[in-house]
Amino acid sequence: MKGGRLAAGVTVVAVVGGRLLVRQLRVARQPAMADGGRDRRRDTRWLAVTVDREPDQVASGGQLPEPLAALGDRIETRTRPAPGGKGTEVAARPRTPAASRDGSDRQELRAALRRAKQLIEVGEVLAADPILHGERTATPAGLALEAVTRRADREGVL
Amino acid sequence: MKAITWRGVNKTAVEAVDDPRILNSHDIILEVGLTATCGSDLHLLGGYIPAMRAGDVLGHEFMGTVAEVGSGVRKHKVGDRVVVCSFISCGRCWYCRNELWSLCDNGNPNPAITEGLWGSGVGGCYGYSHALGGFAGSHANYVRVPYADQGAFAIPDEVPDVRALFASDAAPTGWTGAHQAEVQPGDVVAVWGAGGVGQMAARASMLLGAERVVVIDRFENRLAQVAQHIGAETLDYTQTSVVAELKELTGGRGPDVCIEAVGMEAHSNDPSFLYDQVKQQLRLQTDRPTAVREAIYACRKGGTVFTLGVFAGLVDKFPLGAVMNKSLTLRGAQQHGHRYIPRILEGMRTGEIRTEHLATHTLPLEEGPKGYDLFKTKEDGCVRAVFQPNGGGRPS
Repeated sequence: MKGGRLAAGVTVVAVVGGRLLVRQLRVARQPAMADGGRDRRRDTRWLAVTVDREPDQVASGGQLPEPLAALGDRIETRTRPAPGGKGTEVAARPRTPAASRDGSDRQELRAALRRAKQLIEVGEVLAADPILHGERTATPAGLALEAVTRRADREGVL
Repeated sequence: MKAITWRGVNKTAVEAVDDPRILNSHDIILEVGLTATCGSDLHLLGGYIPAMRAGDVLGHEFMGTVAEVGSGVRKHKVGDRVVVCSFISCGRCWYCRNELWSLCDNGNPNPAITEGLWGSGVGGCYGYSHALGGFAGSHANYVRVPYADQGAFAIPDEVPDVRALFASDAAPTGWTGAHQAEVQPGDVVAVWGAGGVGQMAARASMLLGAERVVVIDRFENRLAQVAQHIGAETLDYTQTSVVAELKELTGGRGPDVCIEAVGMEAHSNDPSFLYDQVKQQLRLQTDRPTAVREAIYACRKGGTVFTLGVFAGLVDKFPLGAVMNKSLTLRGAQQHGHRYIPRILEGMRTGEIRTEHLATHTLPLEEGPKGYDLFKTKEDGCVRAVFQPNGGGRPS
């Protein structure tokens, strides 16, 4: 009896927990959901990071670093000093907001901003793979998590 | 190599895992000497942080010997004995430079998950779910340590391994709470939780000048450790009213600083415990804030409440009215360990910080599941189970 209740409880936790995870990850993908989906400028809003360096160290000679530079004319960018000596704000957005209906252009840009920041601040991008692990088992929550982590550097509220 | 892995809710195993290798120039590979269970692991074990995959390697509190160094590492060489901070922080972003190391902008390769949960990404952590980077943990023969010049600290020769081990997490987490709560000379400090972190928060408060420090728990052996090894007063909440005791102890004021070192699975004798547990199991709240509520209620007017235990998401029946009307300062943090570890290692060298007593059970890596069972059930007086992946550390 106790084992049955426990198993049922674990199942409920797994299902509800999985739903919670999926919901929270949807918020991560579409941050506008966090404020009730009211962000009408979602497709044109600037994506931005603050880099802990002076403006001339961020865009030397007016040239942004890789991988932002590789996006060329597909994006527009702006930089400005962050208040309080917090470095330099680097903002970018696709020139054509509706270029990709699935949001992949903004995903690519988000990852590029994060990588550029790391390259400037640290000199290299922190490697995450391969992640060492034991045997993987195929569970719905696990597969959902794997799908999320595959694009976790391209999503978020950035 | 062998590693202790998470296999599902309340399931661990010892499995074969690939050896780690240098991936960034700032990495070292560490041969793990000692690696400890931590109370926060129990939240992973219990499924309260739903960002674990079966097969993930556990462990985030560890020390060992440098086995390999990346080309960019300047402070360490093969053979060095080091302790490693649980958080993975670059040392070059604004947050690291301002000593807020656990908030590092660059230490977590999966920022979207915590940005979605909390509105901002935080640093990475070994063996603590894909939300904190998915890094393999330290319950293994070897572990990769990124940003090693920032996160690994040479252990003074006079400090035995088992003491240095807790400079990785328990001690710097405790120091983070006491220091960031701004404990002042003459303060009365109450600490909820007599585990490793609570004991270290109490000790840090004493070393920062607190006049009286009281630690609250229900486990006799843990309270006995507090009295014997930390030198603080104790309260058993199953035997008395905590709020009444604290009011009496402080001339009716309440403690100046209340540090909560319990976290999302708090226990209580109060009927609210059942309410919280039901809501948590149904995921109508993710965390049980029982001890936080009591800390807020007990704290003196104008005092500080610090949430040092691990919380993941949402809580119910939060006494915001008391926070506002009593002019409380409410703060919280994961450990900014890089800031405090040098000071802690010096304290360990002089003997003013002692942690050996926390390691109540030392086991080979192969007994990982048994160690976690002991730790979770707290049987046999277990305060911390410590694993020896490669046959053991230097004796004390």
